[in-house]
Amino acid sequence: MVVYSGKSVFGGIAIGKICVYAKEDSQVKRERIEDPEAEIKRYHEAKDVAIEQLGVLYEKALKEVGEDGAGVFEAHQMMLDDGDYIDGVENIIRTQSVNAEYAVAQTGDQMAQMFLDMEDEYFRGRAADVHDISERLIGVLSGKGSGGIQTDEQVIIVADDLAPSETVQMDKDKILSFVTVHGSANSHTSILAKTMNIPAMIGCDIPLDDTVNGKMAVVDGFEGKVYIEPNEETMAAKKKLYEEEQEKKALLEQLKGKDNVTLDGQHINLYANIGNTKDLGLVLKNDAGGIGLFRSEFIYLGSQDYPTEEEQFEIYKTVAQTMAGKKVIIRTLDIGADKQADYFALPKEENPAMGLRAIRICLTRPEVFKTQLRAILRASAFGKIAIMFPMIISLEEVKEIKGIVNEVKTELDDAGISYDKNIELGIMIETPAAVMVADELAEEVDFFSVGTNDLTQYTLAIDRQNDSLEKFYNSHHPAILKMLKMIVDAAHRHGAWAGICGELGADLTLTKDFLAMGFDELSVSPGRILPLRKIVLETDVSEYKKSLNEANP
Amino acid sequence: MASFDYVIKDVHGIHARPATELFKLIKGRDCVVKVAKGDKEVPFKGVMGIMSLGAKQGDSVKFSFEGAEADALMAEVKAFMEANL
Repeated sequence: MVVYSGKSVFGGIAIGKICVYAKEDSQVKRERIEDPEAEIKRYHEAKDVAIEQLGVLYEKALKEVGEDGAGVFEAHQMMLDDGDYIDGVENIIRTQSVNAEYAVAQTGDQMAQMFLDMEDEYFRGRAADVHDISERLIGVLSGKGSGGIQTDEQVIIVADDLAPSETVQMDKDKILSFVTVHGSANSHTSILAKTMNIPAMIGCDIPLDDTVNGKMAVVDGFEGKVYIEPNEETMAAKKKLYEEEQEKKALLEQLKGKDNVTLDGQHINLYANIGNTKDLGLVLKNDAGGIGLFRSEFIYLGSQDYPTEEEQFEIYKTVAQTMAGKKVIIRTLDIGADKQADYFALPKEENPAMGLRAIRICLTRPEVFKTQLRAILRASAFGKIAIMFPMIISLEEVKEIKGIVNEVKTELDDAGISYDKNIELGIMIETPAAVMVADELAEEVDFFSVGTNDLTQYTLAIDRQNDSLEKFYNSHHPAILKMLKMIVDAAHRHGAWAGICGELGADLTLTKDFLAMGFDELSVSPGRILPLRKIVLETDVSEYKKSLNEANP
Repeated sequence: MASFDYVIKDVHGIHARPATELFKLIKGRDCVVKVAKGDKEVPFKGVMGIMSLGAKQGDSVKFSFEGAEADALMAEVKAFMEANL
C-alpha cells in the first residue's frame, strides 16, 4: 500500500480503479509560411470552429452541472474573441511569417504569464483558462482531436491538472473522484467536484504513470489522502466510512423538507443545539426547525474579559438573521462548575456542580446579566428570539428574573431602541426542585426545556464524570421518566410548551415515549435531527400508547 | 469624451463572469472604451485586457468612452457596475 497526500477540495470517500488522464502532447512547431494573410484567415476560421465547439460544451455543461459550472465556457468564447489576443496572434503571423499554431502558442504563453504575474490567486488561476483556449485553437488548426478517457467502469481520475473542457467531455457517471497534481481550490475541477458531490484533491504528489494507473485505490477526501492498493485494515475502515456517508446522504435526501408529524397527525418541533456560530451551517443543512438551545457561554469562555453588549449583540443578531424567522432560543450564560472563565473570579468551591453557577451568577452580578439581556433583546428585533434561563429552582428566582427583564425593556423603551415586545421567556428544568414546583413555574413562563443531563445527576445523586459509578447510572431510570411526564403535564396545564434540550432528547429508543408524553419539542445536536424525524414519521402515537397500557395494565 | 470612476464592491472583483457580461455590452457599439486602474490603462478590447487589471474589491477603476454612443454606453456600463460589481 502506498499513500499520497494532497489538499482536500471536497470531502467524501471514493473506492475504485485509478485512471491516469494524460494530455495529448501538443508540440507546436514553428514553421515559415508564404502567405501571412491566408494564414491569418485560417486562424480566424479555426477560431470560429473553436467558439462553436465551446458553444456545444456550454450546452452540455449547462445540463449536467448548471449555470455556474457552464459559465466558464462562455468566458472562454469571450477570451477567443479578445481584441488583445487576436491582435497578438495576427501580429506574430504578419511580422514573422510563421504558422498560426506557433503564433497562438506564443500569444497564449504571453497572456498566461501576464496572469501568473498577478497578485491575486483568482487571476493567477485564469492562466489555466488562457492555456485551455490556446490548446483548443491549436487542436483545431492542426486537425488533432483532444484526448478523453476510455473506460467502461467507474474510475478515479488522476491527472496533472484538468481543464474545464477536459472535464466536461468526461462521462460524469464514470467519475468517482478527481485527484490532480496541480490545480487550485478555485479551479473549475474543484467547482465541478463540489457540484457532483464527489471527493477531490489537488496538490497531490501522485505519479502519473503505471505505478498507479489501473490500480485499486481509495480517495479519502476528508483527510486529503489517496491509498493505492490499500491493505485489508485500511480498506475495511474506509469502506465503513463510505457506507456511513452514503447512509447519511440517503437520509438527507429522503427526509429533508418533510414535516415532523407522526402517522396519526401529532406534530413535534425538532430543533438544534449549538454552542457556536460556526455550527449555523449545520443547523440549516440538517433541516432544523429552529435552535432549541443556543449555548451563549462560548462568548464568555472565548474572551479575556466580559464581552461587551455590542460584541454580544452582533453575535445574537447574526444568528437571528441567519435563521430567518425560525426560532432561536438563547440560554443566558451557564458558567460555573466545569465551565470556567478566569475573569469571572469565581470563588473556589467544594461542590461546583451545586455552587455559584449559571443564573445564580446572573442574579448576584446584575450588571453582567443586564448586559446580556440588553444584547439579546436588541437582537430580537432582527429575527425570532426567545430567552431561556438555566438552573432554576424556585418561583422567587423566576419573579426576580422577570423583574430584571422588565427593567431592561423599560430602559430600551426610554432609549427608543426596538425589540420584540412579545419575546418568549422560558426556563430550563434541570433540578428536582423545579420539577416539584413545575405548576407554579409554568404559570410564570412561556416554556420549559428539560436539561436531562443535570436533572439526572441531581436526581440520582450521581456524578456522570465518575467512571466508577457507571454501574449505578441509568439514564432511563423510572424516576427520570416519571419526572419528564410531570414536567410536560404541568407545562400544558398552564398553557406553556415543553421541550427537551438535554442529551436524552436524542436517545432514539425514547422518542416514541417522548411523543406519547406529549412533548412539543426536542432539541438535539444537528446531525441527530433527521434520524429523529425518521422515527417521528414512522410512529403511530395512539397505537404506541395502547401497547404501553397493555404492557402495564 | 465621457468617463466615470467606480469603486468595486463585489468581493471577487472583476472576474471572468462580469468581464464577459461587460464585454457583451460594449461589443459592436460605436464607441472606444478604455478602463484604467491606478496608472494602468487598457483599451477594453476583450475580457483578457480588463481582467489583466486585476481589479478587486475596494479598487477604483475609471471607464472612459469616446465615440457616437459614448453617453448611452456609459450609462449602461455604470448601471451594470452598480448592479453587479
